[in-house]
Amino acid sequence: MLYREAGQFRTSYAEDQRIFPIRQDRVAIALLLAFAFFVVPAVASHYWLKALLIPFLILSLAALGLNILTGYAGQLSLGTAGFMAVGAFMAYNFELRLPELPILVSFALAGLCAAALGIVFGLPSLRIKGFYLAVATLACQFFVLWVLQRVGWFTNYSSSGVISAQEIVILGHTFDSAQEKYLLTLAIVALMALAAKNLMRSETGRAFMAVRDMDVAASVIGIPIMRTKLLAFAISSFYCGVAGALYAFCYLGTVEPEAFSLDLSFRVLFMIIIGGVGSILGSFLGAAFITLLPIFLNLVSGFLSHAFGVDVPHAWLSNIELIIFGALIVFFLIVEPHGLARLWQIGKEKLRLWPFPH
Amino acid sequence: MNVGFLFEVLIGGLLAGVMYALVAIGFVLIYKASGVFNFAQGAMVFFAALTFVQLVKMFGLPMWLAFPATLLVMVAVGVATERFVLRPLVNQPPITLFMATIGLTFVLEGLAQLVWGSQPHGLELGIEDVPMEWLSQAAGINVSQFDLAAAAIAGVLVAVLAVFFQYTRIGRALRAVADDHQAALSVGIPLKHIWAIVWAVAGFIALVAGLLWGARNGVGFSLTFIALKALPVLLIGGFESVLGAIVGGLIIGASEKLAEVYIGPYFGGGIELWFAYVVALLFLLVRPEGLFGEKHIDRV
Repeated sequence: MLYREAGQFRTSYAEDQRIFPIRQDRVAIALLLAFAFFVVPAVASHYWLKALLIPFLILSLAALGLNILTGYAGQLSLGTAGFMAVGAFMAYNFELRLPELPILVSFALAGLCAAALGIVFGLPSLRIKGFYLAVATLACQFFVLWVLQRVGWFTNYSSSGVISAQEIVILGHTFDSAQEKYLLTLAIVALMALAAKNLMRSETGRAFMAVRDMDVAASVIGIPIMRTKLLAFAISSFYCGVAGALYAFCYLGTVEPEAFSLDLSFRVLFMIIIGGVGSILGSFLGAAFITLLPIFLNLVSGFLSHAFGVDVPHAWLSNIELIIFGALIVFFLIVEPHGLARLWQIGKEKLRLWPFPH
Repeated sequence: MNVGFLFEVLIGGLLAGVMYALVAIGFVLIYKASGVFNFAQGAMVFFAALTFVQLVKMFGLPMWLAFPATLLVMVAVGVATERFVLRPLVNQPPITLFMATIGLTFVLEGLAQLVWGSQPHGLELGIEDVPMEWLSQAAGINVSQFDLAAAAIAGVLVAVLAVFFQYTRIGRALRAVADDHQAALSVGIPLKHIWAIVWAVAGFIALVAGLLWGARNGVGFSLTFIALKALPVLLIGGFESVLGAIVGGLIIGASEKLAEVYIGPYFGGGIELWFAYVVALLFLLVRPEGLFGEKHIDRV
């Protein structure tokens, strides 16, 4: 009844090409954005912003980056956290060594550094595919962390290898409260998500998908394989790099290289698998799921131990959470291998026909 | 450069490489038979070693009894994996199966620590990790007795596997499945059972690897990381070849030790984390499917 496109005629190419062709979608996304920009900062508590929403947004951005590479261009990567680390530490160094540089420029430059590294570690993709490539990208993960730990320049020769991100100052305004950091992150993520959505509908994005579906066929119809694959690595690493910079500046504050361990790479990979491979929306859904799941499990276990009056040792709890987390992932893969984005799509199809499905 | 020292490093590296190969073989078996890249192999090694140690320590079982008991547990894990993870995921893309094995990794790690506790343990197999005296006196080369024993065990294991694959009914069925799933199904080989068996065999290999690595480095959570060490071995040897896993293990082991001794000091040490991957990448530039992997012909 509500979600219906009958009567919405597209009379120009521009209308036909827009991202959300259905009016209800446009209204919904506008409401969502308005809610996120105006209502959430006013309502949400410090804990919600700091511990949930900011990491959710940042990890969505990282998942988006990985989704461009893995979901759209079909190159499996396990080095996401490595690229994020480059973004974080380069942003820190740009701010440290060139203090006159505006912080957003530092973020962009840090992203470009990550992109350059992405091209280097993307080179093997020209020769190898699939799991061979995935294992090869692990080299990036380990190499980057090793360099950050060994070469003092990156951490400004701090003895512990820990850096503290500088204050975020834009046009003379200091972003130090959780609300301001949240708004900054949200703005960057929203803009980059819009850019990604458009990019994937452009010639570049279609070339990515052609390479993903079958690279030999793509090269036969005249898509330059080398340029496309390396571009995918560059764009993806740029997104991951910016996400890493935000992770350091807006979320953690003080960062050590170990924060970007292989574990983080896997978490981001989980996000796109659970959210939906090859879907912008899926990156966000997956990030929400993976960020919220441990907190939810924590709440449930706390509630259960309260309800039954049993004091479960903490070590047990963390192990049980680990088991449930793993089991849920397997369960999800079995029940909906195309991810949450697919569920959303099915829901929309159903809604279109509701309440008269025939 | 001291030639004796060079040999010592080289032999030490080759023997360490055998230990890597042991882990890599577990990966290869499962990849060959079911096309699943089993990331949980490292967790299985950890699970097996921890179970063995705790059976000995907590229940006071003698080692000869603890070994088959642990093996039984690993077989159960393998069968359960086939039943609850692989079977519902038949026909899914390889990346989905890969992610499922990462989920399995979490389950196994959590389960092992939940049941057996998370303290690290020492493990004594009765083979001491000391240089062999007669060799150091005769040639001035220190080769650890333990490394040599580990290599011998790995050799025996590979030989047993080769015989198993070559001469037994189940082994033939396994090879048939590895060659072509559909053809194997059409001649009446029960795919489900075969997968369960492969996972059980991989569990057996994980147990042996876990015991040897555990005796060397202690049984603790760090055992799960040796899976990461075994991945470059797979890159060099190819995902589908047991022989490749061994050769790759030897290459990685030797080059890693040599690099650590001769190149490492220039970089401030600690290069063993990524050096193996760089070696593997160099190999891949020349042979994209590893030394012994199957060549893929691209057709449109």
